[in-house]
Amino acid sequence: MSIPDDVLVAGASVGGLTVAEALRRKGYTGRIRIVGEEPHLPYDRPPLSKEVLTGTWPVDRIYLRGQDRLAELGVDWVLGVRAERLDPHARTVKTDDGRVLPYGALVIATGLVPRRLPGQPNLAGVHTLRSLDDTLNLKRELQDAHRVVVVGAGVLGCEIAAAARTLGKAVTLVDPESTPMARQLGVELGRHVAAMHEAHGVRLHTGTTVTRLLGTDGRISAIALPGNQIVEADVVVLAAGSIPATRWLDGSGLDLDDGVGCDASLRAAPDVYAVGDVARWPAPWTDTALRLETRTNATEQALVVADNILGADRLYRPIPYFWSDQYDTKIQVHGVITPHARTRVVEGDPREGRFLALAEDGGVVTAAIGWNNPRGVRTARRLLGHETNLITTTD
Amino acid sequence: MKVIVDQVKCVGGGQCVIAAEEVFEQRDEDGIVVLLDPTPPPELHDAVREAVMLCPAAAIWVEDRA
Repeated sequence: MSIPDDVLVAGASVGGLTVAEALRRKGYTGRIRIVGEEPHLPYDRPPLSKEVLTGTWPVDRIYLRGQDRLAELGVDWVLGVRAERLDPHARTVKTDDGRVLPYGALVIATGLVPRRLPGQPNLAGVHTLRSLDDTLNLKRELQDAHRVVVVGAGVLGCEIAAAARTLGKAVTLVDPESTPMARQLGVELGRHVAAMHEAHGVRLHTGTTVTRLLGTDGRISAIALPGNQIVEADVVVLAAGSIPATRWLDGSGLDLDDGVGCDASLRAAPDVYAVGDVARWPAPWTDTALRLETRTNATEQALVVADNILGADRLYRPIPYFWSDQYDTKIQVHGVITPHARTRVVEGDPREGRFLALAEDGGVVTAAIGWNNPRGVRTARRLLGHETNLITTTD
Repeated sequence: MKVIVDQVKCVGGGQCVIAAEEVFEQRDEDGIVVLLDPTPPPELHDAVREAVMLCPAAAIWVEDRA
């Protein structure tokens, strides 16, 4: 296998940036071009639903690298331009400004698009949050809003609800599961998330779904829940999941059944790789291929892909990690909380707002969960069972 | 090599400690990074660069001096 003369990256967020940095660190001197739909240089998304939304950080703190470090990288940035079509036989990507960019190796890092509610009217005051511009729009509208409804109580929805409460808004959080973050933490720990939000004055509607968005003069005025329940709203934020941004790959011949299907080395086709939220790969701990929508997944996949572009054949075998900051609480998870796992608190006390819990499945520890316990949960990583194939990435 | 950390951006993930425990530690109360060795010896430079890239908050960087 030969090393490509040039690398094209579609997506200018942390996954794409890290591929470029890792390639340079390994001495790659070929051309690197990064195409990004947003006009901004690479910035970090986790602070958007926290410090940026509450206004506790100046916006320029979220940029991932300073101008000088980006200049040292020697990357051609093609920003404000969308990749529109991939031709894997001609080895080109067409962009929406009419350019046809050839590549020796292509990295797909186009991330996600927030899901909208199907069949609902287009109303002012209904937001999604994925980009910096989304966040600044929402922040601006929150200034004059009193009642905020957040649809979806995953990590993003819970963080938006916490931010809006911190800003003094009346907040309602709606989710079809029986507790917030049930999909991420399981119901047992989800109950603690529910209690935290209720203690901060959030009204929870769990086990239910929004049936309609109601508007007045083209602007949101309320949401409807089953049984003719109406919750009035000045602003609604839809945080009910996202869809992999792969429409531009239609017709390319790639496997696009929920993201870009890859092999265990993150290859989607010869000289085509995927990283980050958009990449689906055969995870070692399960029989099905899956995607991870986490910050560290993007970085760790990028490191593997950079090595593989340079001729290695590294497998991606991570210990997954995610965190969420809500109010003064930091929730951190190392490992995988499998569907049948039971969680139990092994240290500390949920009533005191600090504990360590373990998820166990078939007698094996599959995840360590920290609640305001960052050092404790990090050191608990050593308890994760090798039987689950949760072995370290430094293979 | 000179290592710089930003305790405001740090999110307390501890990825830096996992990568280079000789150089980084976490505060017990909130997990925020503590820099143990701002000028680590050459044999740790690779591990530190790994930590820079793994940090989920882009809160670590290095300055190289000839």
